[in-house]
Amino acid sequence: MVDKNEVKISVKNLKKTFGDLEVLKDISTDVHKGEVLCIIGPSGSGKSTFLRCLNKLEKPTGGSIIVNGEDIVDKKVNINKVRENIGMVFQHFNLFNNLNIIDNLTLAPVQLKKCSKEEAQERAKKMLARVGLAEKASSFPSQLSGGQKQRVAIARALCMQPDIMLFDEPTSALDPEMVGEVLQVMKDLAAEGMTMVIVTHEMGFAREVADRVIFMDGGYIIEEGTPQEVLGAPKEARTIDFLNKVL
Amino acid sequence: MIKIITVYGPMLLIALGRTLLLALLGLFFACIIGMIFGIMGVIKNRACNIISQIFVDVIRGVPLIVLAFFIYFGIPYFFNTIIGGFSMNLTALQAGTACLALNCGAYMAEIIRAGIQSVDIGQMEAARSLGLTYGQAMRKVVLPQAIRTMIPTFINQFIITLKDTSILSVIGFPELVNTAKNVQANTFMSFQTWAIVGIMYLIVITILSRSAKVVERRLSVGR
Repeated sequence: MVDKNEVKISVKNLKKTFGDLEVLKDISTDVHKGEVLCIIGPSGSGKSTFLRCLNKLEKPTGGSIIVNGEDIVDKKVNINKVRENIGMVFQHFNLFNNLNIIDNLTLAPVQLKKCSKEEAQERAKKMLARVGLAEKASSFPSQLSGGQKQRVAIARALCMQPDIMLFDEPTSALDPEMVGEVLQVMKDLAAEGMTMVIVTHEMGFAREVADRVIFMDGGYIIEEGTPQEVLGAPKEARTIDFLNKVL
Repeated sequence: MIKIITVYGPMLLIALGRTLLLALLGLFFACIIGMIFGIMGVIKNRACNIISQIFVDVIRGVPLIVLAFFIYFGIPYFFNTIIGGFSMNLTALQAGTACLALNCGAYMAEIIRAGIQSVDIGQMEAARSLGLTYGQAMRKVVLPQAIRTMIPTFINQFIITLKDTSILSVIGFPELVNTAKNVQANTFMSFQTWAIVGIMYLIVITILSRSAKVVERRLSVGR
């Protein structure tokens, strides 16, 4: 599934500081087309910040991030255009509370003139059906469970027809019995060949779905490789230590 | 009591009309001022934030009555005498409107700023992550949510502004309190005069706050 010839995201020497705090020290990695990359690590390791740099929700302080051939660190690049191709799913869902579900899904495509209102509605319904929530179209976010909200959030991102999806701890805020339904949607997405970067604490999911796992700590990539390598036979002491604590 | 109502009633009603006119004019411009400074307070621009904050701090730090004297007497004096060459003359209505607009505008700016900032940052981030511009995200996602939380405070501010018009009696605008002073001077019936004026304010403000409650309830449907 992974196309080694096509690099979707190329990160080189990425640095990010908040005031005096150096969160990302020197991150370099490539994400290939169709690849599912899981990022694991202790809290405060910089993994969420790294993910948020990929669509410039955090402004990098150094290095370059080339997405589909464009360096988004460069101020001249229109980041809004780049973001149209990068879907993002947040830990706390962030559905638009003032809009019902169908309007949550159609807002961006219609505002950005990706398609007519009718087409957007059509696609939104299809996406809702795909995440198993067709009957919730006219509900408001406050009427949904956490798992349902997160599935809607995924559908909302997919309505922009992105070719890259970023997930920032998508199941961390969910009740345990709702984690499965969200992971299932993500698995389906991975099986269809979507390029995905996922910050997660779900080691089982990473083992099963990831093509590659990155372990981060202290603003560096400590170890990376296939799930078998990183999760099954870690080499670095810090990785071993972390995995001992979480598994 | 009867005498005041029959003889001075029409006069007091006209004065109440002027009170309402002053309040409406003041509120109208206050909304514009509040919107401008409120938004300047939240956008990502250090200079705008500081200007907005200074405006709010200065207006909040000066009593309304001082502001009224300053605008009505001070500003024309500044142009006509200190700079010279002008013959500026403000009517009491103009000065009163400016005074209320600035005063209420500063409080509105704070309400708007706080309202926008009360919306979870994740709403803006989610909208931006889809490719929407800052302006689109603001208009379609953040402001509609912020306005809902602002409405009760807005209504409160409207009522305060309506009551504040009474302070402008000091610059001679013939609104309700100013007129009532004349009625009192003519009749010596202090108790009756001020009781009637109090009731007049009470009726108007009660109507206003009751209808505001209805609006508030309507807006919260569907949440």
